[in-house]
Amino acid sequence: MTTTTGAPASPAARPAEAAQTAQPAQPTWPTWPVRPDEVVDLDALGRSRIEDFLCLEAQLLDAWDLDTWLTLFAPEASYVVPCNDSPDGDPARDLVLIDDDELRLRLRVERLNSRRAHREYPHSRTNHQFSNVVVGVREGDELPVVASFTVWRFRNGKASYYVGKYHYRFVAIDGRLRIRSKRVVLDMTTLRPAGDLAIIL
Amino acid sequence: MFMVRGAKSGRINVFHNTCTHRGAVVCRQPAGNAKAFSCFYHAWTFDSEGRLMGIPDRDAYGGELDLAALSLRPVARVESYRGFVFASFDPDIEDLVSYLAGAIEYLDLVIDSTDGEMEIIKGTNEYCIEANWKLLAENSIDGYHAVSTHDTYFKYLLALGTDLAGGVNGTSYDLGNGHAVLEYRAPWGRPIAKWEPLFGEDSREEIARMRADLISRHGEVRGSRMADTNRNLLIYPNLVVNDIMAITVRTFMPLAPNRMDVTAWELAPRDELAQLRQRRLDSFLTFLGPAGFATPDDLEALESCQQGFTSGGVEWNDISRGMARTPAANDEAQMRAFWRRWSQQMGTAGYGERESR
Ligand code: FES
Ligand SMILES: [Fe+2]
Repeated sequence: MTTTTGAPASPAARPAEAAQTAQPAQPTWPTWPVRPDEVVDLDALGRSRIEDFLCLEAQLLDAWDLDTWLTLFAPEASYVVPCNDSPDGDPARDLVLIDDDELRLRLRVERLNSRRAHREYPHSRTNHQFSNVVVGVREGDELPVVASFTVWRFRNGKASYYVGKYHYRFVAIDGRLRIRSKRVVLDMTTLRPAGDLAIIL
Repeated sequence: MFMVRGAKSGRINVFHNTCTHRGAVVCRQPAGNAKAFSCFYHAWTFDSEGRLMGIPDRDAYGGELDLAALSLRPVARVESYRGFVFASFDPDIEDLVSYLAGAIEYLDLVIDSTDGEMEIIKGTNEYCIEANWKLLAENSIDGYHAVSTHDTYFKYLLALGTDLAGGVNGTSYDLGNGHAVLEYRAPWGRPIAKWEPLFGEDSREEIARMRADLISRHGEVRGSRMADTNRNLLIYPNLVVNDIMAITVRTFMPLAPNRMDVTAWELAPRDELAQLRQRRLDSFLTFLGPAGFATPDDLEALESCQQGFTSGGVEWNDISRGMARTPAANDEAQMRAFWRRWSQQMGTAGYGERESR
C-alpha cells in the first residue's frame, strides 16, 4: 500500500511577499573605532578594541544585517551552542543545539533572510548585550576572548531572553580581525524560558 | 516524578518526587547515583526502594509513626518495554504490551535496526511551546505540512547536495489505542543501512556491511524495511519516536491549556562509525532541534493555531484529508486515530462547554 505524496522540494504556493513590519533602520558608524577592514596587530589589541568589535557584531545582529555579520568570520568559521544541560557538550560526540561550520552558517543566514523562515518572519527585535570581557593570552595564531551576554528577543507581544557566556577565538587574516570560532554557552538550565532558538546569539 | 533503580531489588522505581513528611522534593539532581534520598528540609531519609529509613529525633512521635505508610509514593503503574520505561497514574490501566497494541511492531523496527545496543546521546533538548499539547501530537505525525512549513529546510538539504527528486512516498496507519504511524520512503539516507553521498565514500563499505547484516538477521522484507523506510510514530498520548535520518524520542507535558514543555533526546546505535554518528547528529540538530532549520517553524505553526483559536469564530478543525483514499503519509488518518481515542476517553467532557448545549 504505497501512495505517492509528492516531492518535498516542490515549491508550495507562495504568499505575496510584502514586508509585514518595518525593520529598524540600518545603523551607520561614521567614526567607528574598529572597522572590519582595518588592519590590526593581534598582540597589541587591547580590551577596548575587542569590545568595539563585539559591539559592532551586536549591532549588526540587532539590525538583522546578517550578510555583513558573516564577513566578521574567518573562512573556517565555527558557531556552536551546546544543549543547556551539557555546557561542555562536544559537537563531534554529543547532541548540541547548533554546530555550524562555514557552509551551515551561511545557509542559516540564507534561511533567516528568507520570508519562509516562519518563526523569524517577521523578524524578532533583538538586543544583544555583552559585558565582563576578558581577553586571554594568545594561543598560536588565536586570541581567546570570553564575555558574558544577555540577548533579549521581542516578538508578537512576547519577551524572551538568553543569558550565558561567549567564548571567542579571534584570528588576524591579512591583518584583519576575524572570528574563527564562537561558542555560546547558555546559563539557563533549559531553553524553556525562551521557547526555541531561531535567532543568532 | 523521579526514576531510580532499587539497590536491592534491581527494579526500576518511579516515585512522586514529594517528601511524605511535608512535601519537599526529595531528589534534587537531574541524574546520578545515590544510596539514599535525604530530604533537606527536616532530613527524613528514604532508600532507593522508597522506604523511610531515618527520621531525626524520632522519639518525639512517641512510637506512633507508621514508617511503612510513609514510604515514597510510587507512580500507580510502571512497566518497561525493551528499555523504554512507561509510567501511568491510572492503577487500572491494561498491561503495557496490550496498551502499546500495533505500536510494538514499530518500536521493534527501531530497536532491532542495530545488532548492538541503542543509547541516548548526551545533550537534551528542553524547550517550550505556547500551544495546547495535542497540537504537537498532531504535528509530530503530520506529513501534509512538510512542503509548505519546511521550505527552508528542504532548501538547506538541496544546498548540501541531497537529491530530493524521489519525493516522499508512504502510508499512515492507525495502530489502535490512539497510536499511529507514518511509514515512508524518503530520498535522504539512513545511517543504519542506506548510503547517501553526504555520509562520505569511506562509510560506503560499512553501510553495505550493515545492510547485509540486517538482511541476514531479519530477512529481506523486514531488513530492507529497517534500512530504507522512515517512521514517525506517535504512542498515545504524548510519546513520539521519529526514526528519520536521526531518531528522536520526544515527550511533552501540558502545563496549561495553551502551554507545553517538550523534552527530546537522540537515540542512536552505541557503537557506530564516527562519521555516521556525525551525520546523525547533524541531521538531528538541523531538523529536529529547537535551534535548527525546521523545528522553530513548527513552533510558529502551533502557536499560530493556538492564537487563531482564540478568535472564536471557527469552532472545529478539519482533519478529513485522505478519507476518500488509502491514507497516504501526507493525509490525516493518523490524527483521526489520535482524536478518536482522546474523544472516547474524555467522553462529552472532552468537548468542554458544548456538553451543556
Ligand atoms: S518535608 Fe521532607 S523532611 Fe520535612
Ligand atoms: Fe514539522
